[in-house]
Amino acid sequence: MDYIIQQVINAIQLGSIYGLIALGYSLVYGVLSMMNFAHGDLFMLGAFFCLLLEKIIPLPLWLALLLTMLVIGCLGALLERLAYRPIRHAPKVSAIITSLGCGLILENITLAMSPYPRHMPTLFQNSIFHFHGITISSLQIIVIGISLLLMILLDVMIRCTTLGMVIRALAWNRLMVSLLGIPANRIISFTFALGAALGAAAGLLYALTYPVVSSSMGIAIGWKAFIAAVIGGIGNMRGALLGAFILGSTEVMSITMLPSTYRDLIAYSLLLIILIFKPYGILGEPPTQKI
Amino acid sequence: MIRLLDEFRCHFAMLRKHTIGLTRIFHTDHLRRSGSQMDTALISKSSSGSMDSYSRRQTSSLALPHQPSRPPRHDQYEISGLTSFYLVVLGGCSSFVIPELCSNYITCILITLAINAILCVSLNLINGYMGEFSVGHAAFMAIGAYGSAIITVKILPLIPFSLSSFLTFPLMVVAGGLLAALVGIPLALLSFKTRGDYLAIITLAFLMIVKSALENISYVGGPRGFLGIPPLTTLPWVYFWAVVTFWIMRHFIHSKWGRSIIAIREDEIAAEAMGVSTRSAKMMTFVISSFFAGIAGGLFAHQIQFINPSSFDILRSTNILVMVYLGGVASLSGSLVGAGVFTILYQILQPLGVWRMVTMPLLLVLLMIFRPRGIMGYQEWSCFKLKE
Amino acid sequence: MDFTPEKQSPILEVSLLNKNFGGMRTIIDLSFELAPKECLGIIGPNGAGKTTLFNLLSGIIRPSSGKILWFHQEIQKKSSSEIVHLGIARTFQNIRLFKQLSVLENIRIAYDIHLTYTPLQALLRTALTREEEKKSAQAAMELLDVFSITSLAHQPAGSLSYGDQRRLEIARALALHPRLLLLDEPAAGMNESEMYQLVELLQWIQKKFHVSMLLIEHHMAFINGLCDRTLVLDFGTLIAQGTLEEIRHDRRVIEAYLGEAVT
Ligand SMILES: Nc1ncnc2c1ncn2[C@@H]1O[C@H](COP(=O)(O)OP(=O)(O)OP(=O)(O)O)[C@@H](O)[C@H]1O
Ligand SMILES: [Mg+2]
Repeated sequence: MDYIIQQVINAIQLGSIYGLIALGYSLVYGVLSMMNFAHGDLFMLGAFFCLLLEKIIPLPLWLALLLTMLVIGCLGALLERLAYRPIRHAPKVSAIITSLGCGLILENITLAMSPYPRHMPTLFQNSIFHFHGITISSLQIIVIGISLLLMILLDVMIRCTTLGMVIRALAWNRLMVSLLGIPANRIISFTFALGAALGAAAGLLYALTYPVVSSSMGIAIGWKAFIAAVIGGIGNMRGALLGAFILGSTEVMSITMLPSTYRDLIAYSLLLIILIFKPYGILGEPPTQKI
Repeated sequence: MIRLLDEFRCHFAMLRKHTIGLTRIFHTDHLRRSGSQMDTALISKSSSGSMDSYSRRQTSSLALPHQPSRPPRHDQYEISGLTSFYLVVLGGCSSFVIPELCSNYITCILITLAINAILCVSLNLINGYMGEFSVGHAAFMAIGAYGSAIITVKILPLIPFSLSSFLTFPLMVVAGGLLAALVGIPLALLSFKTRGDYLAIITLAFLMIVKSALENISYVGGPRGFLGIPPLTTLPWVYFWAVVTFWIMRHFIHSKWGRSIIAIREDEIAAEAMGVSTRSAKMMTFVISSFFAGIAGGLFAHQIQFINPSSFDILRSTNILVMVYLGGVASLSGSLVGAGVFTILYQILQPLGVWRMVTMPLLLVLLMIFRPRGIMGYQEWSCFKLKE
Repeated sequence: MDFTPEKQSPILEVSLLNKNFGGMRTIIDLSFELAPKECLGIIGPNGAGKTTLFNLLSGIIRPSSGKILWFHQEIQKKSSSEIVHLGIARTFQNIRLFKQLSVLENIRIAYDIHLTYTPLQALLRTALTREEEKKSAQAAMELLDVFSITSLAHQPAGSLSYGDQRRLEIARALALHPRLLLLDEPAAGMNESEMYQLVELLQWIQKKFHVSMLLIEHHMAFINGLCDRTLVLDFGTLIAQGTLEEIRHDRRVIEAYLGEAVT
């Protein structure tokens, strides 16, 4: 029993990191109907940036988090401006290829500059609590806490602010929004920045939990979160979280039962199986088409 | 029912016989009824219809400025069927001569080029002609490579008598291709339900599954890879396979199934409404495409003699994508050009080391932004066309 | 006109057809019949469900309940392409040509359902394949000739004028050699003279090809020129049927178009 609760906590921890990244995928998809494959690499860059930051000046966690989110957010907006905006009206295939290409560019630049995985320093004194046979570390509490906080902030922003309303409106009809005199382009950039910032935060939290940072993280972890977003129904925020927790618990379960090399196999098989039965994800809806 | 259809066909045949007469009647009808149409009808009846089509083109381009019109075809380099046959024979002869005359390096590059061309044209079938999006092509290649390597290394030695590799090699390659085609079937089934983004994700997931499955099978060496594959791939062989691939692809594209998948690319619902069985067309496309990717994989394995799962990762798929979108979508000539330019570029960029892996995706992104249809997109050299 | 629907057995029977989109009932208990060689007009205000009816008949969407009998065979569960093979072809309200392909290629894709070669024969391009391909190219050209758009054969379909695009769509549907042609607002966006030409063309097609037709149109003159009988749909229900003259005086039809009379 204790063991199960322990695993549930692990699943929540992993799920919340996936969730943060998946929200970034879904945000961008919601606004532009575009799968941003490069998002996983922004997550990876988030971890790297934080590492670099700590190497230069050791900052407290909250400051490091804010700085990382800010810088990677700007990078996300820049990416949108340079690579995605020129092809916004091109066929969907172009968008997929471009984002795939951008992701690989970011990954390989990082690889070229830092060929070996690096160790992440600890940012705070990690203490471990025991109650009734369950161990929980302050790290876990912080990771889950920060993720939940960010998710709640995002939800409030999307649902209760004017900006959030505009973002939701963009998801419905981009042309109409710009006709209303709203600077659609700026909002889109902002959404990208927001998504990237969430991804970067996840990168930091991930690096704290599993303190090895490498350039392949973007594909190994970032794309997992992508699976999560797709499982839940991409473009749907709740779906993204649902998918993240499903994936997180599946992975935690599989790690306890199978060798860790099966992790990818199981995650991607889960995706395929779910898409076979729900081609547009659990909460997603097929696009309607007027004939 | 059948009788009725037959009857109907008869009517149509009859119509065909009388078309010319009827058309004339029809034209005079127009002349009588509406004076404004008179000159158009007259011009289109006269043998020099160029004026007519010119004026129509003018008006239509005014009416639909955003319409992506297909660029004119390159007909000035007319190559007859016989000439292209001679060219193929010439190429065949030189594929025997070149390894004798030139350095190993050049032979090696040429072999890679041919393999790349096979990969490129097989992916072009799905991405260019059918307009679907597959990111998982490296997976088919992997299956072909591992399949044929297993047969060469593990199964053939079990046979008590020895066979000449001249006989067995094509069979092994075909076996690899068939295996890949077999695996292509479930992917085709999935493409019935989904398309666009979601199909792209499915192919991606498929690639990851194949790769991590190979990593977990110790029979094929797991993550360490598969060693000791004999170097059977020679220039004449890859040349042979490349010619076969392009020959068959050309026939496929100019058949009713080829037209079906192009119709699916343009408008899937309209294609269905024109009697295209989208399912069987997609199935055939995926099977053929994965078969040739498997062939390329088999040739690749016997060229470099060592394969491991990470040689079939997303970067490999991206490289094939670069070839397709560089050379030109929906074009056989483009596939050849793309494979050629890519292979040479890849060699030139060798000194960059790891940075080469940055340049290839960068090239892809730049292509998407500045010339999404590639060098030869939607165009064809005449030797790749078929005359009716 | 020697047409008497009672004497011939109908080729198409629709009975108690229903279609719901979520909670919205778009087609409600619709029943009607179509006699051989008949041209049946369908009119109704916007959103009445006319196009939805065509989508049901052509297999693009499945009905929620009800039957569609085509030569006494149920077709409501068949896919779009199977229905085409049975002899029902359609055009679309918002033109759905293969825009980037040439006019000729558009026709040839439709004509392909008559080609019989097998995949293997296609890949090896045997004599049969070559012969059939040649025939299909010729037949497509001839069809273009009938529609007098031969000179446009190699233009991309998307670059044609609106009227020509509509005609090409009809030509493309005819290349399937259908027994029933479903035309969804074929004259939309045409000017007066183009419309009259189209009426003539359709009359001629009907005579020569012996096709039956279902015709959705908002121009009464167009219906008048072609159809013997007309159905009136409103909010998915059949509110009247008969000749145009009969319909014109039907109280419910007037209400549907002009709104209810204030009492
Ligand atoms: N796929 C769909 N999903 C949901 N609702 C639909 C769908 N297709 C049609 N409808 C609805 O069904 C109703 C009937 O539409 P339909 O297109 O059949 O009308 P119509 O009679 O052809 O009108 P028009 O004269 O404007 O062409 C409309 O209210 C439409 O919004
Ligand atoms: Mg309609």
